[in-house]
Amino acid sequence: MPEYQNIFTRIQVRTLQPDLGVPVEYGHSDRIDGTGHNYWLGVLGDAQIGPIALSRWAVLSLIFGFAAIEIIGLNMWASVGWSPIQFIRQLPWLALEPPSPAYGLHLPPLNKGGWWLLAGFFLTTSILLWWVHLYSRSRKLGMGTHLPWAFASAIWLYFVCGFLRPVLMGSFGEAVPFGIFPHLNWTAALSIRYGNLFYNPFHMLSIAFLYGSTLLFAMHAGTILACSKLGAEREIEQITDRGTGSERAALFWRWTMGFNATMESIHRWAWWFAVLVTLSGGIGILLTGTAVDNWYYWAVKHGVAPQYPPAMIVRPAIADSLRGRYQGPPPDSFPGLSTQPVYAPSSPTVLPAAKP
Amino acid sequence: MAQLSFEPKYRVRGGTLIGGDLFDFWVGPFYVGFFGVTTIFFTVLGTALCVWGAAIGSTWNLWQINIAPPDLKYGLGLAPLREGGLWQLITVAATGAFVSWALRQVEIARKLGIGYHVPVAFGVAISAYVTLVIVRPFLLGAWGHGFPYGILSHLDWVSNVGYQFLHFHYNPAHMIAITFFFTTVLALAMHGSQILSMTNPKKGETIRTPEHENTFYRDVLGYSIGQVGIHRLGLFLALGAVIFSDVCILISGPLWTRGWPEWWTWWLNLPIWR
Repeated sequence: MPEYQNIFTRIQVRTLQPDLGVPVEYGHSDRIDGTGHNYWLGVLGDAQIGPIALSRWAVLSLIFGFAAIEIIGLNMWASVGWSPIQFIRQLPWLALEPPSPAYGLHLPPLNKGGWWLLAGFFLTTSILLWWVHLYSRSRKLGMGTHLPWAFASAIWLYFVCGFLRPVLMGSFGEAVPFGIFPHLNWTAALSIRYGNLFYNPFHMLSIAFLYGSTLLFAMHAGTILACSKLGAEREIEQITDRGTGSERAALFWRWTMGFNATMESIHRWAWWFAVLVTLSGGIGILLTGTAVDNWYYWAVKHGVAPQYPPAMIVRPAIADSLRGRYQGPPPDSFPGLSTQPVYAPSSPTVLPAAKP
Repeated sequence: MAQLSFEPKYRVRGGTLIGGDLFDFWVGPFYVGFFGVTTIFFTVLGTALCVWGAAIGSTWNLWQINIAPPDLKYGLGLAPLREGGLWQLITVAATGAFVSWALRQVEIARKLGIGYHVPVAFGVAISAYVTLVIVRPFLLGAWGHGFPYGILSHLDWVSNVGYQFLHFHYNPAHMIAITFFFTTVLALAMHGSQILSMTNPKKGETIRTPEHENTFYRDVLGYSIGQVGIHRLGLFLALGAVIFSDVCILISGPLWTRGWPEWWTWWLNLPIWR
C-alpha cells in the first residue's frame, strides 16, 4: 500500500514544557505536580504521563480499594499456610469465598465468610467513592456527566452479582467469590444450575451488545483513522464545524450500508451500546433464581427453545431439587488440588440422600 | 433517495478494483460496483437457501429454525442437500458475500481517498466466521464440526462444544479474548462519554475543547492517550478480541482435546516450585 495508513506515530514531538491541563473552573484543582514521557506510549498515543489529580474522594477510594485487595490477598495467602511459593503457585486457584448458604443473610464469623463480606464492603465503598470522584471532576471542569453514568451501569452489574441478587435469594452464599478461577467456576455453576444462561433473553441481549460494542468500536475507530489525514480525529471540531474528514466518514458508511451516523451521534451509539452490556446483563442475573428457576424451561415455555428429548423433562420427583437453592460451587475436579466444599453437611440446602 | 447536501461533489468516477466503469454507480444511498453485484448475488443465493432449509425443516419459529451441518460420517466430502448440503452451500454463499462486502469497502475507501482500516478490520471479523466453519472443521476432518445456522441452535452448539472441554473459561486464549472484549467495551464507554460530555456540557456552559479531553483523563487516570491514540487503541482492542477468539476455538480440538482446566497442570508442575 503506497499511501499513508495511520497505524502508529512515526515521528514524536516533545514539547519543552509539559501540558499541565486547563485550569479547573469550579473548586480545587487537586493536581499533583510531576509529569514524564514514555516513548512506547508515544508510538500509540500521547507520550506524556501525568499530571494526576487526587481529590479527597479519590484518596479515600484508593484507601478502601487497597484494604479490599489486602483482605483478599492475605486470606488467600493464609489458605496456603502462608507459604510464599505456594501462594504464587496456586494463586489462580485461590479464593476468598462468600459465607456458606447456612448463614443466609446473617453475619458469619470472619474465617467463615466474614472476611468476604468485609472485602466486598470495602470494595463497594471504594467503587462508589470513585464514582463520586468522577462525577465531581466532570463538574469541576464544566463537562457533562456521561462518564460517571456509564460507570454506574457497570456498578449495577457488580452490585446485582455481589449484593442485590444474594439478598433476594436470602443468602450471601449466592454471591461471587474473589479469585481468578473461582469466579469463573461461579459463572459456570450459576449457568448450569439455572438451566443454562444462554437461554436467558437478557444474557442474549448483553452478549449482543458486547459484540455490538466491539463491532461499533472497530467501525468507528477504523473510520476515524482512515479519515485522519483529513483531520477526522478532531471530533469536537468536526461536530461543531463539519469538515471533509467527517463528510467522508459519513459517506463511507452511507455508500456501504445505506445509513450513516454523524460525528456526534456515533458517540451516542457507542455510549448506549457499552452501557447496555452491563445494564441488560444485570437484569438477566437479577432474574436468575429469583424469578426464573431454569432458563431452558423458561425458553421452552415461551416458544424460544425447542423441546429436547424426553429424558430431560423434569418429573415431579426431582422438581423440588431444581428450585432456587444454591448447591455450592462445583467440587474442584482439578487433579492434585483439593478444595473444601463450602456447604456444611447439616445445611438444609444439601439434597437428602436417596432412600435405599 | 435524496443525497446529503455535501454528497454530490464526492460522487466521482474511479477507485474501482475491477470492472472499470461497468458498475461504477449508486442506487439510492448505496454504492454498487462490481463487488456490490457479487454481494447481491451471494446474499440472495444464501438467503434463498436458508429459506429453503427452513421450509424443509420442522418449524417456522424464527428462534428454532435450524440448518445443520452434515453428519460427521461425510467427513470433508459433499453431503446430500437435505443432509447438510444446504449448510455447505450456505457457507460458500456467506463467505462469498462477506468477502465481496469487504472488497466493496475497499473500493469505497479508494473512491473517498481514505485509509483501508475498515475493510481490514472487517477482514478480521470474517476470519472469525471462516475459522469456525471452514478452518477448524477442515483441521478436524469433517464439515460436521461447523456450527449450525439458527438462532438457538448456534447457542446450543457453543454450549455443547464448550462443555466438551469441561470448562471453556479455563481456555487461556478464551480468557484473553474475553479480557479484550470487556476492555473494548470499557474503552468505548470512556470514549463515547468523553465526546458527549465535552459537546453536551453543564447547562449554560460552552462546548469544551480537546484540551479539556486531555485534562480530564490526565486528572482522573494520570494519562490521556489523545485523540488519535484512542482510535488506535479501540481498533487494537476490538481486533485483539476477535483474533484471540479465533485462536481459542482453533486450539480447541486441533491442539487440545481434554478438559481445559487440566491444561493448567504445566503451571503447577513447573520445576521452579521444587
